[in-house]
Amino acid sequence: MTSSPPATSAGRDRRPRRDSRVGDKIFFNLSRGSGILLLVIMAAIAGFLAYRSGLALSKDEGNFLTTFEWTPDAPKPVFGIAVLAFGTVISALVAMAIAVPVAIGVALFISHYAPRRIAQPFAYLVDLLAAVPSIVYGLWGALYLVPHINGLTAWMDQYLGWTYVFKTTMPGATPRNLFTVGILLAIMVLPIITAVTREVFRQVPRMHEEAALALGATRWEMIRTAVLPFGRPGIISASMLGLGRALGETIAVATVLSANNVLSLHILDPGGGTFAQNIALKFGEALPFGRDALMASGLVLFVITLLVNGAARLIIARRKEYSA
Amino acid sequence: MAKRIDVSGLSAYYGTTRAIEDISMTIEPRSVTAFIGPSGCGKSTFLRTLNRMHEVIPGARVEGKVMLDDENLYGANVDPVAVRRSVGMVFQRPNPFPTMSIYDNVAAGLKLAGVKKKSVLDGVVEKSLQGANLWNEVKDRLNKPGAGLSGGQQQRLCIARAIAVEPQVLLMDEPCSALDPISTLAVEDLIGELKSQYTIVIVTHNMQQAARVSDRTAFFNLAGVGQPGKLVELDDTPRIFSNPSVQATEDYISGRFG
Repeated sequence: MTSSPPATSAGRDRRPRRDSRVGDKIFFNLSRGSGILLLVIMAAIAGFLAYRSGLALSKDEGNFLTTFEWTPDAPKPVFGIAVLAFGTVISALVAMAIAVPVAIGVALFISHYAPRRIAQPFAYLVDLLAAVPSIVYGLWGALYLVPHINGLTAWMDQYLGWTYVFKTTMPGATPRNLFTVGILLAIMVLPIITAVTREVFRQVPRMHEEAALALGATRWEMIRTAVLPFGRPGIISASMLGLGRALGETIAVATVLSANNVLSLHILDPGGGTFAQNIALKFGEALPFGRDALMASGLVLFVITLLVNGAARLIIARRKEYSA
Repeated sequence: MAKRIDVSGLSAYYGTTRAIEDISMTIEPRSVTAFIGPSGCGKSTFLRTLNRMHEVIPGARVEGKVMLDDENLYGANVDPVAVRRSVGMVFQRPNPFPTMSIYDNVAAGLKLAGVKKKSVLDGVVEKSLQGANLWNEVKDRLNKPGAGLSGGQQQRLCIARAIAVEPQVLLMDEPCSALDPISTLAVEDLIGELKSQYTIVIVTHNMQQAARVSDRTAFFNLAGVGQPGKLVELDDTPRIFSNPSVQATEDYISGRFG
């Protein structure tokens, strides 16, 4: 009598516990396995790229970092990433400069300004933009954007030419330039940045918004005091996601840009190149050594992306104690 | 700067649901008025109509009149933003801006009003924190985040933030319900000091608190589930707690319901 109740309760305790332990084990191993798998894949890619790059770099007759040409399959192989790195970074910067403010605006409209029955379909529409294949963006860019953007570039040349960057030395040339690529990339990265920032803005606690309103903030002031600072880390993360896509975008860039190996700060002049576009363009006709050289350029893109993400992490971490 | 509030025939709605019905009362300046009543009787809703915070909820609207001295807060040309600058509010849960330092939290209202001069801000921040009995605890770490303070300190920070803009009225929506007894005592002492300068209205579920801090007490009740809340009576606090004129009030404060 005295011993039976504890026995039953212990028995009752043990059974569900044993069940859940099996479940715990399965999920623990599953999640650990996924984590390990990810590291293995990353290491494999990095190792492969590093190995093939090593093969190519040891035979490069030019300076890999400063050479403009890309002729790895010539009798005297010369190839360098200067033009590619410049074009990649510049087109991605143009894209971010356009996309981030617009994305924040669209996200705020959806989360704080639009009435619910408009916000929902509108958000869905923006998400849909992300589902368009990049070749379609590329074709649209080449067939519509390029023939129609001359007015804008001429205007920029005339009124913003003094900035040097927007000066064109070849007025009237087909605008298959880094700036047009940047605009196209901006449209392509807009949905992902918008989607992430929108979710972050939605998560701003109601009580912080009310705190601002109760202090006599207008809606815009409320957004500036409560919503934007709260969403700052999210905006940065979202921008990094978009930047990753902009840096690595291949086919749309290849379709629009008229690539050459000229490095020019006049971003309205046709020409230039990006890592991914160069790989797409040259891979088909490259000899095995030329492919190794292209891998080397891919490794540099890998490193650039890593550095940019690291910098973003630092920015977020620096203000950690102020994040909610 | 404290002003008298005169409410007449006020009803508030959430969409088509009427939350409070036909409330009229006068709240004297430089006094503490407590709102008590069972949950859902509309006392918080009523409080939020006094600085036009009710209408920030989608679909919410207000009928009736709230006079602050001789200005109708619901007048046609009245900007709700301006109303909220003169009627400050402290919320149930401490809500300092998590992305701001202690200093910036207190200065937030002034900055919204366009004050930029550092010397002015410094002065107001110190004065407000002293007014909220928080200065001595935080004066050495004004640039640390406000969210790093304890719950009671955060609530006093919110009070400092509210009084920094020198409102005419201070509304408090259950300001101590998320605080431990010691912090509660600190906030109650503070309310006692603030009433010399402000008209204070406090919603509380704690009847001892109402009895301790308030000069006047209003009892709200609702006739039944789904019915709008109503003001049952408003009287001097000692009288409400010793000899209320309505039976329901006595039932409520003696714990027979609610």
